[in-house]
Amino acid sequence: MNFKRKDFIGLMDLSAKEISDILETAETMKVVLNQKNKKAPYLQGKSVILLFYEKSTRAKLSYELAAQYLSANCVEITVADPKSETLFEMGRTIEQMGGDFIILRNPYSGSAGYLAGKVKASVINAGDGLNENPTQALLDLLTIKELKGGFKGLKVAICGDVAGSRVTRSNIWGLTKLGAEVRIAAPPTMIPNKIEEFNVKVFYDIKKACKDVDVIMCLNLQSEDSYGSKLASFDEYKDFFKLDSAVISNAKEDVIVMHPGAPNRKYEISSELVDSDKCIIDDQITNGVAVRMAILYLLSLGKGLVV
Amino acid sequence: MKRTLIKNCRIVSPECSVKSLNSLLIINGKIADVGDINVECDEIFDAEGNYLLPGLIDMNCKICEDGYESKDNLKIVSLSASAGGFTSLAVTPDSQPVIDNKTVVDYVIQRAKAESEVNIYPCGSITKGCNGRDVAEMGKMISKGIAALSDNGGKIEKASVLRDVLMYSKMFDVTVISGGLDESLSGGKVVNEGIISTKLGLSGSPREAEEIIVARNLVLGRYTGARLHIPTLTTEFSVELVEKSKGNKENITAGTCPHYFTLTEEETEGYNTYAKVNPPLRTKADAEAIKKGIYNGTIDTIASGHTPASIHRKQVEFDTAACGISSLETAFAVSFTALCNESFTVSDLVEKMAENPAKILNLKNKGAIKKGYDADLIIADLDNEYTIRGSEFYSKAKYTPYEGKKVKGKIIKTFVNGKKIFG
Repeated sequence: MNFKRKDFIGLMDLSAKEISDILETAETMKVVLNQKNKKAPYLQGKSVILLFYEKSTRAKLSYELAAQYLSANCVEITVADPKSETLFEMGRTIEQMGGDFIILRNPYSGSAGYLAGKVKASVINAGDGLNENPTQALLDLLTIKELKGGFKGLKVAICGDVAGSRVTRSNIWGLTKLGAEVRIAAPPTMIPNKIEEFNVKVFYDIKKACKDVDVIMCLNLQSEDSYGSKLASFDEYKDFFKLDSAVISNAKEDVIVMHPGAPNRKYEISSELVDSDKCIIDDQITNGVAVRMAILYLLSLGKGLVV
Repeated sequence: MKRTLIKNCRIVSPECSVKSLNSLLIINGKIADVGDINVECDEIFDAEGNYLLPGLIDMNCKICEDGYESKDNLKIVSLSASAGGFTSLAVTPDSQPVIDNKTVVDYVIQRAKAESEVNIYPCGSITKGCNGRDVAEMGKMISKGIAALSDNGGKIEKASVLRDVLMYSKMFDVTVISGGLDESLSGGKVVNEGIISTKLGLSGSPREAEEIIVARNLVLGRYTGARLHIPTLTTEFSVELVEKSKGNKENITAGTCPHYFTLTEEETEGYNTYAKVNPPLRTKADAEAIKKGIYNGTIDTIASGHTPASIHRKQVEFDTAACGISSLETAFAVSFTALCNESFTVSDLVEKMAENPAKILNLKNKGAIKKGYDADLIIADLDNEYTIRGSEFYSKAKYTPYEGKKVKGKIIKTFVNGKKIFG
């Protein structure tokens, strides 16, 4: 395996080969995860700093466990106000204190790449503005790979607030590179401008979008107020975009349904579906840790930290 | 009587041909004669076969006096302008303090006399404190010598206010410069909405934000008959709108800046903050349409768009980076290189960068090389390529999206009122 990068910023920059390599490594990491003694020595003596400028519960936990399973020292800091502690200053401070990895979540698009250019430590993008959340997408990819065997010719429908989802953008770059057909279904106000230029089929009708698909990804809604004139109400949204058994009936028999976590059963996806065996949220969560371990491990190779 | 002679130059002037080498005589700061001149002079400059052009006039330049030490003040902006071939600058009113009353107009004019070697013409803010609502004492400012009224930094939201301002301005024969973006569409947005905003995950400012304002202003200009200048066109449809409404109406003029016909949104790839400007850079089709508009006369002026945000406000995350470009020292060469060919000559470019601005700003005896006009002149090398380097700028903002680009049109010498101030 030949992974020579210092940082992990997004799937936009990676080749299909690199993405496949990461997924393979993540499969190995799952072995570690399933052992009685969940400890591998790859990052012994290294420090991993979680630098979060946004609220997070599950992502932070997943990264922290991934680092600890690899024997790293792990510290997390949450900065409430990005203006009080600028990214540049925080990056320098962490560097001076001996940080080897900085896992960054920040409200500004491009901030992970920006920080990577300023510090010697490896930067892992845990979500930068509306740009990418690449490890979250990788865990989706790993889950799909495990259940579907591969990506070539696979039909994937992504439903919901695409414009407001950085994970979806990472998923689009990843899935299209690996050869899947990507469709998105959302109200036109929730679709990024000119997204069809990126090899994506756009639908305003969720039933049509889900016809004959192998995978459905349901997205989170933000707070109702945040949509302003883009959406009258969640109650109306649900009439047109809520994922339920009627929508699913158009898809392939063995369709799998994914969700980034904490599904809203009232507006996003029906309880019946969430609780069915088609919905694979639990697999996604486990794979999240494996993927993050894989990224930490591979970046340590690139830096020559591990023999 | 001080006599100055500039010899061996190709003079871009309605009064002689560029094909032969001629001389220009300056007496007491005024152009006295052009042609083959043989008189005793106190001072002689040899242009060595280069072009002699009227000094450029910038319609839209931002200076930052008091309070912004790291940005360009009058002294720096004057140096930067002279190095870029600009001999007159109309400065936007959104400085500190805001140019919105006669006292500040006076102050800026006095400061300019003391600090600046190029001519500085303040534009008066249409509204008090650039608030976009309450009309300033325009008449008093005009009496003190503003070159135009401007809403730069204080966009006028209500059509009724702009309509009143345009009507009122008619008694002064003054140009009202009004443009900008519809805040409700562009507020907080950092790049052009389109393929790049989607690719980079940056919030996109749609072209509608500009076109709605352009359309509204054109309609108001049409019916009031006031002198209206729309300063910065950046989209294809904006150009179409202006072309359509101008017709034979001479009261409406429009401008653009060099970056809107030479750069596209693709410059912002990799989150390049040096290409973050307001309005944002658009697409290739837009840049081509702007060029076409310049060629066919829809666009009357090319301004520098100089907004020198300091480097530490650029070397940050894209979302938090300041908009702005340091362009006084590149505007001419970039425009010359991009625009000039057999059918659009340097004389046509001078019309956009000196002659038309002089007309719009009511600057008498400026903007052309004619007998009796002020001897605001530049000598430019139009034949040899050079490389743009931000580090060589006089402006404190020593960065440029044109870094490393090869262009023609280096300014060799600059004169204001017959006095050499650069080169």
